[in-house]
Amino acid sequence: MQPKHAGLGALAALLLTGLPALAQEGPILNPTVEQMATMVDKGDTTWMLVSSALVLMMAIPALALFYGGLVRTKNMLSLLVQVFMIVGIGAVMWVAVGYSLAFTSGSPYIGGLSKAMLAGVGTGSYAATFSNNVYIPEYAFVIFQMTFACITPALIIGAFAERIKFWPLMLFCVGWTLLAYYPIAHMVWFWAGPDFLSVPEFAGDMGLLWGWGALDFAGGTVVHINAGVAGLVGCIVVGKRIGFNKEPMPPHSLTMTMIGASLLWVGWFGFNAGSNLEANGLTALAFLNTFVATAAATLSWVLVEQVRHGRPSLLGAVTGAVAGLVAVTPAAGFASPGGALVLGLIVSPVCFVFVSTVKKRFGYDDSLDVFGVHGIGGIVGAIGTGVLADPSLGGQGWYDYTVFPAVPGAYDMTAQVITQIQAVAVTVAWTGVVSLLLFSLIKLAFGLRPSTDDERQGLDQTAHGESAYNM
Amino acid sequence: MKLIIAAIKPFKLEEVREALTAIGVRGMMVTEIKGFGTQSGHTEIYRGAEYAVNFVPKVRLEIVVADALADQAVATIQKTAKTDKIGDGKIFVLDVEHAVRVRTGETDDDAL
Repeated sequence: MQPKHAGLGALAALLLTGLPALAQEGPILNPTVEQMATMVDKGDTTWMLVSSALVLMMAIPALALFYGGLVRTKNMLSLLVQVFMIVGIGAVMWVAVGYSLAFTSGSPYIGGLSKAMLAGVGTGSYAATFSNNVYIPEYAFVIFQMTFACITPALIIGAFAERIKFWPLMLFCVGWTLLAYYPIAHMVWFWAGPDFLSVPEFAGDMGLLWGWGALDFAGGTVVHINAGVAGLVGCIVVGKRIGFNKEPMPPHSLTMTMIGASLLWVGWFGFNAGSNLEANGLTALAFLNTFVATAAATLSWVLVEQVRHGRPSLLGAVTGAVAGLVAVTPAAGFASPGGALVLGLIVSPVCFVFVSTVKKRFGYDDSLDVFGVHGIGGIVGAIGTGVLADPSLGGQGWYDYTVFPAVPGAYDMTAQVITQIQAVAVTVAWTGVVSLLLFSLIKLAFGLRPSTDDERQGLDQTAHGESAYNM
Repeated sequence: MKLIIAAIKPFKLEEVREALTAIGVRGMMVTEIKGFGTQSGHTEIYRGAEYAVNFVPKVRLEIVVADALADQAVATIQKTAKTDKIGDGKIFVLDVEHAVRVRTGETDDDAL
């Protein structure tokens, strides 16, 4: 097993050059804010801001169009407005309490409220990266992580699309973000930083799963498993659509879905490569891995379809791409390009079985396959990361930040895979229980489903008084 | 006068229009419709879920012609719209009692 408090994280390229003022003295342990101010690179800052904008684009319009195209015309607009509003709510909540609850010291499970309303965060405060003595402006980190908090609850809604009441859904998203997203983000991603973990005062100042040594580069557990399982619970509590498996419910515009998926792919470079928090070689590796895993997953999904149904389909290609993006998310900064390619090839057949066979077998109406693609793809990626991060397979391994400056840790693949499975289990259990409680309570208090007539007529007109298309 | 109603495959519309114009038909009404006959739909597969599409898209032509031209028009549509594959469509012929040209008030054959 990994040593306790190992503080595993993405590889840190120790920055001994590039900071001439510091080069002679060596890296500074426990730097002051004034010293941090000399450890900020404009290139890193720029990349983080660009990445943040890319991740926002993944939610709006990319995810909204991806989902919207997959539903029937009468519900198109309901998906668009749900995603758009969730982004708005997520951003407001993030500034109010989210950043503080996710990224300040507290317990191993959740942070505190010391930075509520971004108290103490300013143009002169800094956030740690994965390298000793490299910082980015804290505002940039706040923004980058804010975009993640905005998109994650929006992923869930595809599971019960076309049959959910708007305000109860918004209420669910508020509760889920507080009780599932912030805690899991804290557990997986919060730590004191590479210049602090070896200082006795900060020893052990990290989230539960980070402390276990779980590797999640950009959010396989925090984002995809978290949302995928919430979606599964949601579609079961909400129930099947009227006419499910009796009436045809084909996607109304695969053109929209293709535009959405393509924008997701582009935006995902911000998501994954941005998660390195710096602009360097490792960032480029995460970018490349994101590209190649997605391409491979596209290919393998379409090949599976060709064998199974005798035809390649556009929906298959774009679904494979999303599965690849999901799977490479935790592995982006850990796997080699060859490893990412293999991961992409593997994830699509696994997800294909879930969206076609398993879903049919158990009869749940995960309308847009949130569980089948995000949940399952996330699990494949999270576990695969434990294998592919192994330096003997060309992976990046992990760094031991309890030593200053950080040194590469000894990689034990079996132990790492077990740790990854434990992290997956904690995430599945946590989000599963939280989602079940929230959905059940809201169902009791306000109801989750529109009336039968409203559902038949479509949510666009009945819930929003608008139509997606007036032609 | 006869009213010829023909349901044909959409991609055959332009060929049929040209052929009918060539034999002297001077107007037609076209509607995009859905329906089924012997072909009775097809299956579409989305992420492994099969949907039976029972109503397939067709184009409905409505043409009013003088009695003398009716048989030739029907034969022309039949010949042109034919692909030898299932789902080529149907042609129906009905009697028309009266016709008026809105601009001039001309009636019956003169209105066509």
